[in-house]
Amino acid sequence: MSNIKNMDDTKEVKTSYTIPIGPIHPALKEPIRLDLSVDGEEIIDVDVVVGQVHRGMEWLGMNRNNPIQTIYLAERICGICSVSHPFALVMAVEQAAGIEVPPRAEYIRVIIAEMERIHSHLLWAGVAAHEIGFDSVFYLVWKVREEIMDAMEYLAGNRNSKAMFQFGGVRRDITEEQFPRVRKSLDYYLSIFDQLGNIFLKDKTINMRTRNVGILKKEDALRLTIVGPTARASGVSKDARQGHAYSAYADMDIKAITPDVITGKVVGDVYDRIVVRLLEIKQSIEIIDKCLKEMPSGAIISEPKVAKLLAVLKKAEGEGIGVHEAPRGECFHYVRMEAGMDPLACWKVRAPTYANLMAIPTMLKGEQIADVPIAFASIDPCMSCTNRAITVKQPRKGTECLLDLHELSLEKTRRLEAEFDR
Amino acid sequence: MGLNSFKRALWVYHLNSGSCNGCDIEILAALTPRYDIERFGIMLVGSPRHADVLLATGPVARQMASRIKRIYAQVPDPKVVIAVGSCGAEGGVFYESYSLVGPLDQFIPVDIYVPGCPPRPEAITEAVIKAWVKLEKA
Repeated sequence: MSNIKNMDDTKEVKTSYTIPIGPIHPALKEPIRLDLSVDGEEIIDVDVVVGQVHRGMEWLGMNRNNPIQTIYLAERICGICSVSHPFALVMAVEQAAGIEVPPRAEYIRVIIAEMERIHSHLLWAGVAAHEIGFDSVFYLVWKVREEIMDAMEYLAGNRNSKAMFQFGGVRRDITEEQFPRVRKSLDYYLSIFDQLGNIFLKDKTINMRTRNVGILKKEDALRLTIVGPTARASGVSKDARQGHAYSAYADMDIKAITPDVITGKVVGDVYDRIVVRLLEIKQSIEIIDKCLKEMPSGAIISEPKVAKLLAVLKKAEGEGIGVHEAPRGECFHYVRMEAGMDPLACWKVRAPTYANLMAIPTMLKGEQIADVPIAFASIDPCMSCTNRAITVKQPRKGTECLLDLHELSLEKTRRLEAEFDR
Repeated sequence: MGLNSFKRALWVYHLNSGSCNGCDIEILAALTPRYDIERFGIMLVGSPRHADVLLATGPVARQMASRIKRIYAQVPDPKVVIAVGSCGAEGGVFYESYSLVGPLDQFIPVDIYVPGCPPRPEAITEAVIKAWVKLEKA
């Protein structure tokens, strides 16, 4: 518009143009809005607006009749990470209430969590291929993904909502007779692993569209506290299974995977994220294999009677945290329990996408508009996990928002320092 | 089924009104080779203006309410709306939330409900076939 205004005075004034993408857009799988400021094809700035699918999960979880009902709610924070959230929640409550978990249950938890990682990474690989218009790969990957869905259905009785978790253990055993079926799935993935690697790492189209796109440098990843495969692809050797070593992961000797194993150097682009997720599928297969071999015998739950478990939970007093390395990154749950109170007194969830969304502006700046879908999908965003709060009312003029408060705080520090020096 | 011929290929548009992704990935699973409803020409399209069927998931978050009405209006007639999943039908586990204004049929007329949390791809396929019958009779 301003160009037209200045037509008379021959000199052109360059202005940027804002393109809103979303909340409903074919390139986005879930409602979210990206406000892109563009100069021609180049992206200058990005604003991410979330809150469209806020369901008030934390409030709901604190208002259920008892914490056991909250497990089923945690399972439905996200239908793809339907193991990660209950896993983190039960660990937090077990820590708060001092409930012991039998070793066999820990192994079953790890097996089902790693199966979920395989399914989630394959799902992501398909969606990423779809985003660059490579639909035949999308269909191929979703076809091979059905194998792990079958295995999970065989073990848990359902494809998506597994309902395996209970405070103090798991609800279903994985018996010796079931091992061959699980091994069959693992063997299948090992047999096609090289084929998948060939497609994703050597294909010309994928190479052209993912190399040097959406770069996130290591220092940026550290500064923005990025988690999960996105951080590892930038060379940050961070993995909750390695650094936190909870549950049966403590026996597994897990090393965070960085892309330099295959590529030789870390670039931090979309291609590196593909490498990391691909290698993690193999790592998950190895973990499940080790779990099946080393699974101890014994009880699968410390308190099988629900009424007794509820009595223990009602008496519990304290707070706990649960950290689980979900397929998308570190999933963090905090709970506080008060004696005599049935539901959880406080439940706070930090899903991995919440941290990873902060990388989007850094990744997209300087890229072309056509790279937005693949760069955005490369963090494997999950909006239903992320929308923990909404802005009901925009702050009025004169009302201090969080940033202003931070400025005020900094100012006070500086003032006090100056006084102290005097 | 009363279906004489497949007179035209159905195009579906997937609308997420605040779901947990569980139903959404099952919809995609129904389209991909194992269940493969694309063999009937049923295709996921990027714009509601091209669609015959609206596959709506989720319990309708407050901010999505006006948007689903707009999207429903953009789908050309004759159209069929399928509510996939328990939360689209009656709120599901989120029924008491302050941030939800659903279920779906408060905003748009729903023709077919698919219960389940999430429903299996076979159930979604069956719902789409029912939608087809309904459209053919229309």
